[in-house]
Amino acid sequence: MTAIRLQINGADVADDVPPRLSLADFLRERRNLTGTHLGCEHGVCGACTVLVDGAPARSCLMLAVACDERRIQTIEAFADDPVMQALRRNFHQHHALQCGYCTPAMLITARDLILRRRAGSEREIRDGLAGNICRCTGYTNIVTAIAAAAKELGTEAANA
Amino acid sequence: MKAPAVDYVRPKSLAEAVDLLSQHPREARVIAGGQSLVAMMNLRVASPGLLIDISRLPELSLVSDDPNAVGIGACVTHAAIEDGQAADPSRGLMPRVAASLAYRAIRTRGTIGGSLALSDPAAEWPAVLTALDAEVVVCGPGGKRSIGCADFTTGVFETALAADEIIESVRIPKLSQDARWGYLKLCRKAGEFASALAVAVIDRTRGHSRVVLGAANGAPLVLDHTSRLLSNGGPEPRNAVAADLDRAADRHFDEFQRNLHIVAATRAVRQVLQ
Repeated sequence: MTAIRLQINGADVADDVPPRLSLADFLRERRNLTGTHLGCEHGVCGACTVLVDGAPARSCLMLAVACDERRIQTIEAFADDPVMQALRRNFHQHHALQCGYCTPAMLITARDLILRRRAGSEREIRDGLAGNICRCTGYTNIVTAIAAAAKELGTEAANA
Repeated sequence: MKAPAVDYVRPKSLAEAVDLLSQHPREARVIAGGQSLVAMMNLRVASPGLLIDISRLPELSLVSDDPNAVGIGACVTHAAIEDGQAADPSRGLMPRVAASLAYRAIRTRGTIGGSLALSDPAAEWPAVLTALDAEVVVCGPGGKRSIGCADFTTGVFETALAADEIIESVRIPKLSQDARWGYLKLCRKAGEFASALAVAVIDRTRGHSRVVLGAANGAPLVLDHTSRLLSNGGPEPRNAVAADLDRAADRHFDEFQRNLHIVAATRAVRQVLQ
């Protein structure tokens, strides 16, 4: 067991973890933050994407011990985030999900694309989503929803 | 699956990390971003007994910029290179390569040193840094040494790194103002590992021209005929690429791979000559 202290969704957290424990399992099993999903557990499906120190990362490929002193944000953290509010509304309006398993990480990835000004065209959005697999929708409505949210937020220009 | 049980240590200095590694050369693995190693552990392909986490060592995140070369610390992430946070010796080639490498959520953690240390044959950096004539600076119990990138990757997941050595940085000569490069990665979707990967660099001021293939069933493959043709500004590169591939019989390319490599190298060279 190794002692870690980190910040999760704004709250300071201290725990003892075995080094083999992934950040994803730590969030889900120890913190009950089950919005972070696990699909492939080897970095391909993207369902476990969270923010580590503000940048998207695969929580299945990060060990919880290596997150000591880091700042983690999961899908549960964005209630008041204006970009996430626009994305949620547009995912709803454009029917951008069916089963919803990939959705939390789609939203976190889409928010990062919009904030980095990488949601300016369908091509750019599709490239940016290549690391997030959806087995229901065929992506069309997800891309539409992200483009609509980006437009709404005024960040559609690639280098705005 | 879940990773197997493992011990974990986060040394405070590179010297301490090297010391730990030399004490446990068989069971220890160095971890930086962990974007391949943790996946391999989850798949139970790798079962190290001890992880030595070097990701926060300040001396491995340094970027140095002198008149002739840029040094990039082993733990600088692909995203930092993509975003231009690290000085660029390559007139845009390295940021372009970084942006084509896996997915953003991988690039924010994965490091240039980790990519070299693993030397996956389909990885971008071993081929690109060979084309740029970079040197890998490694640190072991006896001190530092430099290894030319062309000699660093020796085979499939095999490198010249000794069991008790850790990559400290990569030193990349600066391209001259009139240098040009071409880069083509063929893969089935954005961010996948390459099916074929070609880099062409010509820097007449420095007398350097090199065309390198990645995803080449082994170490990055330097195409000698094609590199010469590039420096002579010769006409159609396709025949030179084919001749180079004929000489690389030990790579055992099937017909499909061979065609992909020809297309990738030809297009990368054309990007330079255009």
